[in-house]
Amino acid sequence: MKKVIIDRRQNGAGKSVDNRRRFIQRYREAISRAMVDLVDKKSIKDMGEGGNVRIPRKLLEEPSFRNARGGLHENVLPGNKKFQTGDRLPRPPAGEGEGRGQASDDTGGEDDFVFELNREEFLHFLFDGLVLPDLVKKQQASIEEWKPKRAGWATSGVPSQMDIVRTLRQSLGRNIALTSRERRQLSELQRNLEAGQEAGDSAETIKGIEAEMQSLRDRINRVPFLDPVDLRYHNRVSVPVPSTRAVVFNIMDVSGSMGQQEKDMAKRFFALLYLFLQRRYERIEVVFIRHHAIAQEVDENEFFYGTSSGGTMVSSALQLTRGILNERYGSDWNVYVCQATDGDNFIQDNGTAVRLLRELLPAVQYYAYIEIGDKAVSDLWLPYAQVAGDHRQLQMRRVREVADIYPVFRELFTPEAA
Amino acid sequence: MKYPFETGDWTFEQLDLAVSVIGEIAEEYGLDTYPNQLEVISAEQMIDAYTSIGLPIHYGHWSYGKEFIRTLQSYRRGEMGLAYEMVINSNPCISYLMEENTMVLQTLVIAHAAFGHNAFFKNNYLFRMWTDADGIIDYLVFARDYIRRCEERHGEKRVEFLLDACHALAPYGVDRYQKPKPLSAEDEERRAMERLEFERESYDEVWRTVPIAMTPSTRQPMDTPEENLLYFFEKKGMKLRPWEKEIIRIVRKLQQYFYPQAQTKVSNEGYASFWHYTLVNALYDRGHVSEKFMLEFMKHHSNVVFQPDYDDPRYSGLNPYKLGFSIYSDIRRICEQPTEEDAHWFPELVGKPWTEAVHEAMRDYRDDSFIAQFLSPKVIRDLKLFIAVDDDRDDSVEIGAIHDERGYRQVRESLSRLYERNNFVPDIQIIGANWDSDRVLTLRHTRYQRRPLDERQAQDTLQYVADLWGFPVVLESEEEGQVIEMLSAEPDRSLDRD
Repeated sequence: MKKVIIDRRQNGAGKSVDNRRRFIQRYREAISRAMVDLVDKKSIKDMGEGGNVRIPRKLLEEPSFRNARGGLHENVLPGNKKFQTGDRLPRPPAGEGEGRGQASDDTGGEDDFVFELNREEFLHFLFDGLVLPDLVKKQQASIEEWKPKRAGWATSGVPSQMDIVRTLRQSLGRNIALTSRERRQLSELQRNLEAGQEAGDSAETIKGIEAEMQSLRDRINRVPFLDPVDLRYHNRVSVPVPSTRAVVFNIMDVSGSMGQQEKDMAKRFFALLYLFLQRRYERIEVVFIRHHAIAQEVDENEFFYGTSSGGTMVSSALQLTRGILNERYGSDWNVYVCQATDGDNFIQDNGTAVRLLRELLPAVQYYAYIEIGDKAVSDLWLPYAQVAGDHRQLQMRRVREVADIYPVFRELFTPEAA
Repeated sequence: MKYPFETGDWTFEQLDLAVSVIGEIAEEYGLDTYPNQLEVISAEQMIDAYTSIGLPIHYGHWSYGKEFIRTLQSYRRGEMGLAYEMVINSNPCISYLMEENTMVLQTLVIAHAAFGHNAFFKNNYLFRMWTDADGIIDYLVFARDYIRRCEERHGEKRVEFLLDACHALAPYGVDRYQKPKPLSAEDEERRAMERLEFERESYDEVWRTVPIAMTPSTRQPMDTPEENLLYFFEKKGMKLRPWEKEIIRIVRKLQQYFYPQAQTKVSNEGYASFWHYTLVNALYDRGHVSEKFMLEFMKHHSNVVFQPDYDDPRYSGLNPYKLGFSIYSDIRRICEQPTEEDAHWFPELVGKPWTEAVHEAMRDYRDDSFIAQFLSPKVIRDLKLFIAVDDDRDDSVEIGAIHDERGYRQVRESLSRLYERNNFVPDIQIIGANWDSDRVLTLRHTRYQRRPLDERQAQDTLQYVADLWGFPVVLESEEEGQVIEMLSAEPDRSLDRD
């Protein structure tokens, strides 16, 4: 009996990766649409993780000619208990009897195909087509970063960078080159020796030949297996990486008028922004500022998960922003500001705020103002709107409910909006 | 006492031994197989294999991605176990063994797939007629590479569309009867000469004076209707490029390769189950395995041939493993211990060597004829089969026949009919094309048991037909000789290229 047993486990799975990619590619529009739903349901903490998307099952259908219900069906079934020939029974509702489609998938329902996007795919769809507006405008390429790049091979280097294959290839070549004459002579002598032995030459002649052969062998053996000239190392040179530097100020209103829900919405927005920036740009700094009557700079964790509240003075935050900007970030930085608030402000503060805003704007590439809630006219909206008339880089959007956040986010960062 | 085969984890030595020992016993029973190639794979790899319809190599398509996602998810959620086995009709015959399986399960799989299915593939007449076990792997490699190259050259989108269309028509990509061999050049010439000669002999000057009718051409029926739609487009598609026709051909060829499998589900699975049962029992009888081994084996075996009753929530149709296993087991019983009833029903089986009878039943039948021939009253009684007649002209369901003296024949005929192709693939054929005028293509659906088509799906599928054909198409639905419904589709112009 001929047989072979093969262990294929080493080959690894993943044959279907390409087909999965094709599937996602085909349904990218449906997936993008499903993102809105998905973003709403995610908690801030796992915003950056993958997630389950739903695609209507109808979209996935592969049509074919098939029978509908109706006509005559003669079914043969097992397990008769009490029926006799000629019995009549009421027709069971659709789907039953044939045994199909009773058990619906409780995670998806009958109409949806649910599947999990991994983190990479999720972020890809989340920020597909979005850009940070005007990032290249200043392009103050301050050369600060160097990146090692491969640049052929070198004859010196550190052991960890040794290219073993090349080194051995060199050594092999050198060995062949340096011993070829000796080897040739050796094989010639070998032939002589054999011929001599057959012809019955004197023991002396044979000994002479053998001695000569030995000395040739010695000479071949003296050529070192590995010589310092064989060594080859990967050569790396440092090349400068021009970087466009950007800083983003996240300003959040945490005053008493911002309820838990409003704060949560603002945080969602910043969380999206933060993920977006992290993904898109390598060199980017983020400053977190929260304010009520007083503004303070906080770290990421405190910003997203900390609690604090009080009255509202927007100018305090703008003041702090300006201070940090002047202190830490020179004119070669690209500056982005994103402010989230419910629009309430201490009315006497409006003048100061607007003045600060006007001062700030020329230094800023993009200033996104997000107002949470559905007040017809808030304290800040009108004054800000006036400023926006003069400065194109100030964009204002209103967010009424959680479901608005992702669409508004997309709107703000699609290339046309900028 | 120490047994050669242990329960618990398997080792390569044990697998090797199992194949050898089972192979020897199988030979004694007269199983004729291809050489075996057993491949140990992981669960993830099994899912990969699942989703490309069981082929080890297959071209890429999004629907396999969908299948993969679906299978992987339900596997991870624990909603489904993976099939124990997967086997490929090739020479050598490739069977997959999952690494998670215990030695007992591996033994079952080896007996079932590497010997049962293997022998079926090699000997069943449909497989012999329609599949080429020696060439399939090479063809799959060719198909994958060819389609990949087409994607590079003509774009993934175009190829994807073409494959979508072909997949929608896949059931109509098989020949059910072998087409006559094309004539040789000489025969072709001789026939042409004979025709000329006939025309000369029967020439009559008078006919020259009759004016040729100038009526606009209507449907020109074809000599013979074509039920292999993909074949028709491959050969006659006027708007399709050569590379597109080659892709249609690939889908068609693979469909043809799978055609015998769909026709022999009961017989094939039944045969494999019968042999795993028989072979492993032989192992026990000869002292190769312990009672503990057999207990575990019987548990798996009864899972495989489990048949819930029609009113059980787990019921999802007749289990082909169970039905086939019961029939083959009963053939053996009839040969060895016939009753009076058997002598009446199967006089030719009584006293015949059972191995011969079992092999013959495997060799020369497909599901419908296998059931029509071998479903015995005893199996009908054991399974308590009955017929439910569901006629939409009637407001209740009638019990047609049951497992009693009057019903056996009827149950057997009904069950056999359920496995005829008509029952699950609507009969649709190309009956005409207006070659000379607007090139409208006409398809005819002949209703089986007055069953209508699912109209939405039919419309979508017909759209694919129109897109492949490149001109309008009409689908007539016919009942008792009357066309009672008509669908039509225009080719989607946006798909027209240069």
